[in-house]
Amino acid sequence: MSAARYEAVIGLEVHVQLKTRSKMFCGCATSFGAEPNTNVCPVCLGYPGTMPVMNREAIRLTVLSGLMLGCRINPRSKFDRKSYFYPDMPKNYQITQYDQPLCLGGGVEIEGASGLATVPLTRIHLEEDVAKNMHFATCSGVDFNRAGSPLMEIVSEPAMHTPEQAVAYLQGLKQTLMYAGVSDCNLEEGNMRCDVNVSLRPVGATALGTKAELKNLNSFKSVLLALRAEIGRQEQLLREGGRVVQETRRWDVEAGATFLMRTKEDAHDYRYFPEPDLMPVVLSEQQIAEWARGLPETPRQRRARFASEYSLPEYDARVLAADKAVGDYFEAAARGSKAPKIVSNWVMTEMLRRLGETGQEIAAVQITPAALAELVELTEAGAINSNTARELFGELFANGGSPRALVEARGLAQVSDSGALQALVDQAIRENAKSAEDFRGGKAVALKFLTGQVMRLSRGKANPQLAAQLLEERLKK
Amino acid sequence: MASNSDQQSMDVNYIARLARMNLDALEARQFQTQMDGIVDYVRQLSELDVEGVEPTAHAAPIQNVFREDLAQPGLTQEQALANAPAQSGGQFIVPKIVE
Amino acid sequence: MLTAHELQDRLVRGDCSSVEIVQELLAAIQEVDGTIRGYLSVDAEAALAQARAADAARATGRGGPLLGIPVAIKDVLNVAGQPCGCASKMLRGYVAPYDATAVAALRAAGAVLLGRTNMDEFAMGSTTENSAFQVTRNPWSLEHVPGGSSGGSAAVVAAGEAVAALGSDTGGSIRQPAGFCGCVGLKPSYGRVSRYGLTAFASSLDQIGPMTRDVRDAARLLGVMAGHDPHDSTSLPAPVEDYEAGLPVSGGLRGMRLGMPREYFGGGLDTEVEAAVSAAVEECRRQGAEVVEISLPHTRYAIATYYIVACAEASANLSRFDGVRYGHRTAVAGDATELYLRSRAEGFGAEVKRRILLGTYVLSSGYHDAYYLRAQKVRTLIRRDFDAAFERCAAIVCPVAPTAAYRLGATGGDPLKMYLGDVFTVTANLAGLCGLALPCGFTAAGLPVGLQFLGPALGEARVLRAGRAYEQATAWHTRRAPHAAGMARTEAGGK
Repeated sequence: MSAARYEAVIGLEVHVQLKTRSKMFCGCATSFGAEPNTNVCPVCLGYPGTMPVMNREAIRLTVLSGLMLGCRINPRSKFDRKSYFYPDMPKNYQITQYDQPLCLGGGVEIEGASGLATVPLTRIHLEEDVAKNMHFATCSGVDFNRAGSPLMEIVSEPAMHTPEQAVAYLQGLKQTLMYAGVSDCNLEEGNMRCDVNVSLRPVGATALGTKAELKNLNSFKSVLLALRAEIGRQEQLLREGGRVVQETRRWDVEAGATFLMRTKEDAHDYRYFPEPDLMPVVLSEQQIAEWARGLPETPRQRRARFASEYSLPEYDARVLAADKAVGDYFEAAARGSKAPKIVSNWVMTEMLRRLGETGQEIAAVQITPAALAELVELTEAGAINSNTARELFGELFANGGSPRALVEARGLAQVSDSGALQALVDQAIRENAKSAEDFRGGKAVALKFLTGQVMRLSRGKANPQLAAQLLEERLKK
Repeated sequence: MASNSDQQSMDVNYIARLARMNLDALEARQFQTQMDGIVDYVRQLSELDVEGVEPTAHAAPIQNVFREDLAQPGLTQEQALANAPAQSGGQFIVPKIVE
Repeated sequence: MLTAHELQDRLVRGDCSSVEIVQELLAAIQEVDGTIRGYLSVDAEAALAQARAADAARATGRGGPLLGIPVAIKDVLNVAGQPCGCASKMLRGYVAPYDATAVAALRAAGAVLLGRTNMDEFAMGSTTENSAFQVTRNPWSLEHVPGGSSGGSAAVVAAGEAVAALGSDTGGSIRQPAGFCGCVGLKPSYGRVSRYGLTAFASSLDQIGPMTRDVRDAARLLGVMAGHDPHDSTSLPAPVEDYEAGLPVSGGLRGMRLGMPREYFGGGLDTEVEAAVSAAVEECRRQGAEVVEISLPHTRYAIATYYIVACAEASANLSRFDGVRYGHRTAVAGDATELYLRSRAEGFGAEVKRRILLGTYVLSSGYHDAYYLRAQKVRTLIRRDFDAAFERCAAIVCPVAPTAAYRLGATGGDPLKMYLGDVFTVTANLAGLCGLALPCGFTAAGLPVGLQFLGPALGEARVLRAGRAYEQATAWHTRRAPHAAGMARTEAGGK
């Protein structure tokens, strides 16, 4: 048994389906959920004599992603054939980019234990997606609807060391791509897929150990758990004097462990060579600059802007900008609001909590940004108290509508008239003589209880500050 | 030149496996002899000094041939499956795939 | 035997109808194809229907260079609703759902698609003996091959069973059979005709081209098919010239500087072929051409380069034949890998397997750089040879092949021997040039000898001009093969 301590080295290969109308090399639609083999043509079925033609938009979206991630855009790039036989492959070679990808370098910013860090990228290239296989009892079916859809592969350097970093990387990458608007990036739906390479080495060593490749990771949680399990497996192996073998392993959610798929011995010999049916892509600086002009804001730029434009604390800006949709929502509500920090509070607490509970997407919630802004305005003006506001938020979250209209319709306006409250104050003291005694005897907390009683009697409409003030005056008499 | 390629003969059975073609014993023997002759012949390219010579992948010097991102109707499911040796439920059927 | 342009003139004059032309060709096929075996299939009904439609269109005032003219199609080209078997068991039963762009262009010009011609399986071979289905014979001598891989197209044109045909040329597959059968064959520059719908053998080398009875017909068919195609990224955007209008009425060779490659006239060239080609060069000189000697120093590496590049691309191109979406599928397979191993073993013939093996090998790990990458670099050197040559001459004149047609079975046991016969044709494909083959004489045994004019990329007008001038001066192309069909009625009316 070795007592050495080990460090994991993790690299990710992420495949992202690009949001184009048509496939990478033919005019078939990329819409999903259609009947099997209905978004197909002779080209994406790999019929004899057919030829690919590049989708300009897929090239543009890949370059855009590269620019967002700080990559160098290759002035000359080309496509290659990667040969292997599998029933999801229409031609038994995949058109991909081997040695001249569209983008090189770049990085993804992640938030780690010690603040912001950047995970460097190796490259981004473009390729065609494969078909979908369905498995039946005695045979398998192939649906080519997805075959030939544009797929962007983003390869990181082996620069991460913990499962948490890997997940943070994925989240950061997803957000940047969402900001770029190039993909829906949904792991569960398969439009973002990831393969993980992981190896171990003794702490302090610089050479990389033998890696295993993990597949079937279709959620952030799977990535986290699979990496933990695999690091554990490799560590135990090494401690027991064993050797890690280069192999591909499949994550099994049920078993919570990785299992061998294939070893290096039956690794593929892909026989790459330049795709003779496609001409090179040569991007001038002028073309890249033109595309760069339409570049959306990056999460980092938005973070800085939120902090300055809305006078938000650094923490708020980070939380709000971390998810593009959340940031968009915040901004729609905060723009024009006199109290953007209060808007931020609502989004960061009530909104995110309820989204978490209900599993809803912020882009689809009932409460519109305008309604939230109005709610904030009503509280800030003292028209409703905070209890009412929270209640209203719940109501608006569930059913939508206008806060002002609800306040009027239900008579929820805060009661700040001391004449109207005096009777309730008296009633509260009468019904809770013991608490009144306690307060007079010096127990300050009893006032809180009595205030609560006034709130209850007012069905929440009383201005709590005013209620407390009136109680105190009455009891001190 | 790659170190393991000098004067070695092609392992016909291994290459046939890569290309997913069964060879029977007679074929394998015949092909081995023929391929040895052919590989021996094409090996003459190693005489040439190609240092610094750019490879030619295409016979015509054109670039940036794109199509616009427009979706167009393709085949119907019936047309797509018309040539399929085996089909069921709108899908091409193959022997069970073990992943 | 009339040419397409002669028949078109007669159609325009109303001397005959398209239906009559098709009927006569069907009769010719009936008469000789049992012996020649150039066609794999003929859809008489469909051809007659197209001919009737063409006649009807003409009656309403429509015209066009090929309206009502029958054209035979090599079995490698997709025609919607027809089988496209590539003379392979692998594609038995496959029916194409779309038209190749070149075929669609013929249709649009009013041509009648007559039938599908035999070929070497997947266009791999130089004799058409590699067809999985039948052996095609040379109309000049039934003991000889028609050449290949477009041997069926060459044979049916030479035998009077077709007016014109389409072929495909990856390393000489149009020009060599045209030479062997005494007809005209044009390989356009790479990218001049769309490859979309041509079942790919080697994508960076393949071209579709016409096989005809004279150079003028070749110019006419090229004019119909040439041009950029949005479905083929490698098709050239250059405007299409009016090739036919550019042909000389006379004196087309006057002042043209022709290069004779020293390396093409050395050892290995059959003496009868050398004599015929030398005489043809002499004739060109008489017609006013200036002939200079040029050098193509990398010629001796051309065959090796060609077979590495072509087979590498073919090994990937033919991977799609796996028994999943179309084509042959083995009867029993336990898993997908077995499905591939058996279907492909059963579906492909020996020559196709050899080329897939070579192509897979030269791309495989550890060998890629030594073979494939090196061949791509030598390809650059070969291209440069031609760049330099075309600085010194307008076109190159040379033989099509080192010998006349082979005897049947002569190359069977030795694939390498067959490959070496492609030495004068593969270079045009490697360098992307255009090349025209046309008859320039006969051997003592009565076999045609082919002459080749090579031009730079997009130099079609030039080689067609040279070829037309030569054929007008010599008329070898009007000789008839002894095993050709008679076309009594049409010809009686025409002459």
